[in-house]
Amino acid sequence: MEYILIIISAIFVNNILLSQFMGICPFLGVSNKLSTAAGMSGAVCFVITLSTTVTYLLQQYVLAPLGIEFMQTISFILVIAGLVQMVEIILKKISPSLYSALGIFLPLITTNCAVLGVALTVVQKEFSFGGAEPHMLNLGESVVYAFATSVGFGLAMILFAGLREQLSLNNVPKSFKGIPIALITASILAMAFMGFSGLV
Amino acid sequence: MNKFKLITKGLIKENPTFVLLLGMCPTLATTTSAINGMSMGLATLFVLVLSNMAISAIAPYVPDKVRIPAYIVVIATFVTVLEFLMKAYTPAIYETLGLFIPLIVVNCIVLGRAEAFANKNSVIDSACDGLGIGLGFTMSLTILGMVRELLGAGSFFGMKILPEQGNILVFVLAPGAFMVLGYLIVLFRKITAKKGE
Repeated sequence: MEYILIIISAIFVNNILLSQFMGICPFLGVSNKLSTAAGMSGAVCFVITLSTTVTYLLQQYVLAPLGIEFMQTISFILVIAGLVQMVEIILKKISPSLYSALGIFLPLITTNCAVLGVALTVVQKEFSFGGAEPHMLNLGESVVYAFATSVGFGLAMILFAGLREQLSLNNVPKSFKGIPIALITASILAMAFMGFSGLV
Repeated sequence: MNKFKLITKGLIKENPTFVLLLGMCPTLATTTSAINGMSMGLATLFVLVLSNMAISAIAPYVPDKVRIPAYIVVIATFVTVLEFLMKAYTPAIYETLGLFIPLIVVNCIVLGRAEAFANKNSVIDSACDGLGIGLGFTMSLTILGMVRELLGAGSFFGMKILPEQGNILVFVLAPGAFMVLGYLIVLFRKITAKKGE
């Protein structure tokens, strides 16, 4: 039950893009076409889940016992940068087709604040779902939370890319062309997602 | 004159928010009020100036292949310093900005300036560039925060100036951030286009 609440909360209620504002750069940058948006979402999903697992273990078994939690920011960003590089090398070797699909997006992910954001959230913040006592997440819950968050990222990304593909066919006033109209569209999409608040 | 130009170009011509469209996450997330927006801008300014200076000093000695990881470590170090300073002197602001302080590490403005300017210019010039871009960022975040606070909470830097029933709550929530930023970019484009004619 707890897991279902985490998933619904992370995908719809506290959507990482539309209510927490993390990962806005790829949201605005690569959402021109549905196919690139889907590729980016896939790569982000993979990296967020993996990096949160690793950083959670790092926090539990290295940083916390040594009492050096202030190193979180530095060590986490290094882990993420290393992991992205590693995923790139492994994918190239094992699955060239997946690599060519995700390839160009992988280096961009290091500076996607959603990845570092989720990794820091799960070790710093107390969560409460469905009126339960606020508590820190355990490993299983953290991984599920990270995965669900990245699914939420993908959902918002793909919905937005669909909207922007339609938008490009319309005649938009000159000053609104490009990013401004995309931001106003995102605002309406965020309003739609506000309807989910209070669900969990 | 040259140094002065480096500082002022970040305000209008290369404004990071309205023209270059960089660092969107803190821009949207922390501008629920003018004070919050300004604090976030100043925090970024601090990191930007120091990391620009450090990176321009070490750039000649860093091998080209590992430069990005090296820059990220430098930036992360200054962010950690900033975290300590804010925890000690401005704990209330540290609490409100929360997660977005450590996230300055992945703010594309900071890494962008390191890559585009600091690694091929002198320390003083890089400091001026960081100061200019940082001030531009602070300015746009404060404006965005001011508009959202006025429409959403009816106040100006925390002072109530509009009656309670005129508040449009949605402007301090997520959708308002996107909408106000969209319209501000349009306004900025209109104004700068007129000046150019």
